[in-house]
Amino acid sequence: MSSLLKLSQVEAYIQQFHILHDIDFEVPKGEVTVLLGRNGAGKTTTLRTIMGLNPVSNGSVVYKDEDISNLKPHLIANKGIGYVPEDQGVFEDLTVGENLRVAMKREDQETTERLEWILDLFPDLKKFWKKPGGQLSGGQKQMLAIARAYVNENDLLLIDEPSKGLAPIVVEKVMETILQMKEKTTILLVEQNFLMASKIGDRFYIIDDGQTVHNGLMGELKEDKALMKKYLGVS
Amino acid sequence: MDLIASLTVNGLATGMLIFLLAAGLTLIFGLMSVLNFAHGGLFIWGAYTGVWIYYVTNSFLLAIIVAIITGLVLGLITERLIIKPVYGNHIQQILITLGFMLVLQELIKVVFGPDVKAVSPPAWLEGSFQLGDVTLIKYRLFIIVIGFLLFFTIYLILKKTRIGLIVRAGVMNREMVQTLGINIRFVFMAVFMVGAALAALSGVLHAPYSGVIYAEMGLEFSILAFIVVVIGGMGSFTGSLFAAILVGLAQAFMAYYVPALSLAVNMLIMTVVLIFRPQGLFKVKG
Repeated sequence: MSSLLKLSQVEAYIQQFHILHDIDFEVPKGEVTVLLGRNGAGKTTTLRTIMGLNPVSNGSVVYKDEDISNLKPHLIANKGIGYVPEDQGVFEDLTVGENLRVAMKREDQETTERLEWILDLFPDLKKFWKKPGGQLSGGQKQMLAIARAYVNENDLLLIDEPSKGLAPIVVEKVMETILQMKEKTTILLVEQNFLMASKIGDRFYIIDDGQTVHNGLMGELKEDKALMKKYLGVS
Repeated sequence: MDLIASLTVNGLATGMLIFLLAAGLTLIFGLMSVLNFAHGGLFIWGAYTGVWIYYVTNSFLLAIIVAIITGLVLGLITERLIIKPVYGNHIQQILITLGFMLVLQELIKVVFGPDVKAVSPPAWLEGSFQLGDVTLIKYRLFIIVIGFLLFFTIYLILKKTRIGLIVRAGVMNREMVQTLGINIRFVFMAVFMVGAALAALSGVLHAPYSGVIYAEMGLEFSILAFIVVVIGGMGSFTGSLFAAILVGLAQAFMAYYVPALSLAVNMLIMTVVLIFRPQGLFKVKG
């Protein structure tokens, strides 16, 4: 198993609060790795720490055999990591087209093809191309955030709770898209919706109180009802 | 009719000068959340270096270029040395930039002397011309044209280019911009330098308009610029144009009809706006 990203004994604080105590996991290339855990367990902080938005106080974050701990966020992004934050981070005054244009590092053939591919998956974005991001529905914002992260040639996408607050039909659409993206890129997904996570994910890590406490293949987790109940509240 | 047109031209010219100063201020605040009270210092340095070159070479165009370069260089120094250590702390920003404003002001006296300096427009912009019944002063029209040209140029850059989109996106969500691989610190610095250059340009254009320059005028003008930024909406570039024109016109008309209220009118407008629309006339969404 060749891992694209590896976190070893990562610790992180938000102000004086010790949020991540001991995060250890690997993201294998070409797979979808899912971070599971209850609210407040430290999943979002883990993604933010990988992106350099929270400092690593101890441990290391290694991407493609290079230690990227505490690099500036733009340098981390330029190494080929795309990020879809929990709140989607859509630029509200910019139109859909402008949101995508800000993200596009190049405007070459390859980027255009990627853009067209993702727009075919999310036709709403084409339809509302000139609409300000702030006027989109929650689902459309999520589509825009995913498209924005995908439009550049990133080898790894960090996606934080893409199903949060969305109607079931939109969740289906987002899930289908992530499944198709899985063919083209490696994904690290934070997801509370276990049904979605289990359909998309290849392997999982459970984070509890800032520590990775369990990991394995997603198929194994589905069978382990006791573990799911203990850490995820799923019965 | 002549009077109304004259007052309108006066008001628009004053408004444009304030706009040039306020535009930089609003971009700097909007993007970097920095309260830069040293902005007036950049204004006077633009005025003095420009006027000095104007005295020496008799070329107003060269004066404008030198003022802009002064603004860019001082902007770079201010951002790197004064602002960078106090990012994220408004109290410290107010204290240090006010202090730096006074330093810039006193340095003007050291370098150029404490006396008030008289400045007249260049020969090609002197005098007036008739448009029907209305007498229009050339230099004021020149300021209005320059102001609108700059507004539309910057507006187009902000609206149509990727650089402009990055700046606007940075105003809304700078963290997200970084995660798209954009060095927001570098963007901050560039915007700060452009803002400083606009302040310096405003300074050198103001010199022949008012006829005199003096070290303290920076503080006076920067207060006006802050009022404009608050009225227009903190961080809104278009808002600062509308607010500057509003303040300029109000000041010009009040100075003629109710002179006692000419200074108070700006505060009055700001108070009314803050009561009924605390976010300013144009809100920038975060």
